Amino acid sequence: MKTAKQLTEALLYLNGVTVSFDGFKALNDLSLVVEEGELRTIIGPNGAGKTTMMDVVTGKTRPDSGEVFFRGTADLSRLDEAEIANLGIGRKFQRPTVFENLTVFENLELALADTRGTWIALFARLNLDRRDRIAPTLARIGLDKQSGQAAGSLSHGQKQWLEIGMLLIHDRTLLLIDEPVAGMTDRETEETAELILDLAKDRTIVVVEHDMAFVRSLGARVTVLHEGAVLAEGSIDHVQNHQRVIEVYLGR
Amino acid sequence: MPALPGRGQKSAWNPSFWARFLACGAALVLAVPALNFWVPPDSPAALPDYLIPLLGKYLCYALLALSLDLIWGYAGILSLGHGAFFALGGYCMGMYLMRQIGTRGVYGNPLLPDFMVFLNWKELPWFWWGFDHFAYAAVMVVLVPGLLALVFGWLAFRSRVTGVYLSIITQAMTYALMLAFFRNDMGFGGNNGMTDYKDILGWDVHKPSTRLGLYSASVFALGLGYLCCRFISTSKLGLVLLALRDAESRVRFLGYSVINAKLFVFTVSAVLAGVGGALYVPQVGIINPSEFSPGNSIEIAIWVSVGGRGTLLGGIVGAILVNAAKTWLTGAAPETWLFVLGALFILTTLVFPRGIVGLMRRPSRIRVPAPTPVPAGEQA
Repeated sequence: MKTAKQLTEALLYLNGVTVSFDGFKALNDLSLVVEEGELRTIIGPNGAGKTTMMDVVTGKTRPDSGEVFFRGTADLSRLDEAEIANLGIGRKFQRPTVFENLTVFENLELALADTRGTWIALFARLNLDRRDRIAPTLARIGLDKQSGQAAGSLSHGQKQWLEIGMLLIHDRTLLLIDEPVAGMTDRETEETAELILDLAKDRTIVVVEHDMAFVRSLGARVTVLHEGAVLAEGSIDHVQNHQRVIEVYLGR
Repeated sequence: MPALPGRGQKSAWNPSFWARFLACGAALVLAVPALNFWVPPDSPAALPDYLIPLLGKYLCYALLALSLDLIWGYAGILSLGHGAFFALGGYCMGMYLMRQIGTRGVYGNPLLPDFMVFLNWKELPWFWWGFDHFAYAAVMVVLVPGLLALVFGWLAFRSRVTGVYLSIITQAMTYALMLAFFRNDMGFGGNNGMTDYKDILGWDVHKPSTRLGLYSASVFALGLGYLCCRFISTSKLGLVLLALRDAESRVRFLGYSVINAKLFVFTVSAVLAGVGGALYVPQVGIINPSEFSPGNSIEIAIWVSVGGRGTLLGGIVGAILVNAAKTWLTGAAPETWLFVLGALFILTTLVFPRGIVGLMRRPSRIRVPAPTPVPAGEQA
């Protein structure tokens, strides 16, 4: 699955990616580079292609043209969702998607970074070692008291954290987080920003978000998408003063 | 470290489970022959000979329902063609039993079964070769339904056919098989199927002792099938199955191969159904294409929902109770049975969606899916 030559040093490399749905170009010759260890925020108006970009990276959508490489070697446009996940790319959806009928503990157990194969999973029973690995994550996302509860009974914010916890425990190299604070209270938003900054210390994270205050609180490099392509890129101050960005997005 | 709440605190294989499991098994294996042999025939507790194959038949249905509960209750795959796997297992056994007739058929032909002589076949078709041997037939009982499930499942799951669409194509599969087996040219006895069996492994199939043996074999098969399903459902794979029932695409993004998990459990389920069919045929004495009829497969889903899906035990309880009711009612008031069956299904769905076993268990121990199984994340 790997090409012989490493094309780029970047962790995530998109070059000239185009995706169209019934003639509508959701991504239009998009090029984007994310370096290892970076925290990147992506903003843009509705329909700018933010979610489609994540779909392409995680294998849900195949690009019509263009290159998508992970670590410069793995061609993501040829792999399926499970293979990409096992390369170490995790995704948090816009709407919290946890397994509602499983307990918080079981949700994390499924996300543990081992026993992915069908045969191995058949013979895998929960052992103490794994239990020890789940406990710190429960504490880190603040859900240790809810461990035995069905995930469906959690509040909206708690589900978002659980989903982040599931990405955490899998030891992903690259996390794609889609609108983590949508529908959260101010307090939950603050806590989420802290959690993401904490996570960013030892992994690469790409966050898509609408909430400008939240984006500012992350203090990371910002990419503005518009009509399926990059409109501007730079610090939060740079993009907020960018003439075209104000016109199409912020100035409304 | 304090014990964490959640799964895995108590093993699914604790001594109390084994005690209950073995007690049920022993009761089924010992009580029936005891009531049949030692209780005087005029006593009300006596079990007449004719009831033994009937009970055996219920156990075969129970194995079939168990196999459906494994894929429907856990993985959310509602197969409405599971009767096909049952019938295929039955046909494999039927072919063996036909070969055991030898020269004792109506035509006394040493080479061909009666229906082939009747249809002017000159030689035994290749797919009948080997069915003289029990071991070969037993392998086929597993292989034929298993391979069909593997190929059919691979095509369906690879194309991500789920939910009601999968139910429809499984119905189409069993209907197509029924039409095929109705054809005389197929070489499986056409409309009439196969019957007039004489021996199984050298024992006369009509003798009470053979029937008790077949009944006991059904108890063992059901017990093994139950252990096998319990092993799968309590493993981490069982957790994956429950998860993909709730949010299939999310399971993919976690890095699990949805197609492999589904294919594995679908194939295991088809094999269990096939074994059920193979034990069913010598006890009822006939196999014909009506076993493939789509209505039969839908009935299995009713047994499972009445018993309680996602519980394993529910499939067994549902199959036995509904079929006992069917036996009684089709004798007492035959024209009402279909109405009763329909009413039972509606009642179960509306009033006790967790089924009989679900009603008796503590809510925390049941895995009943959300009332509207809209797969979250599919739209995300």
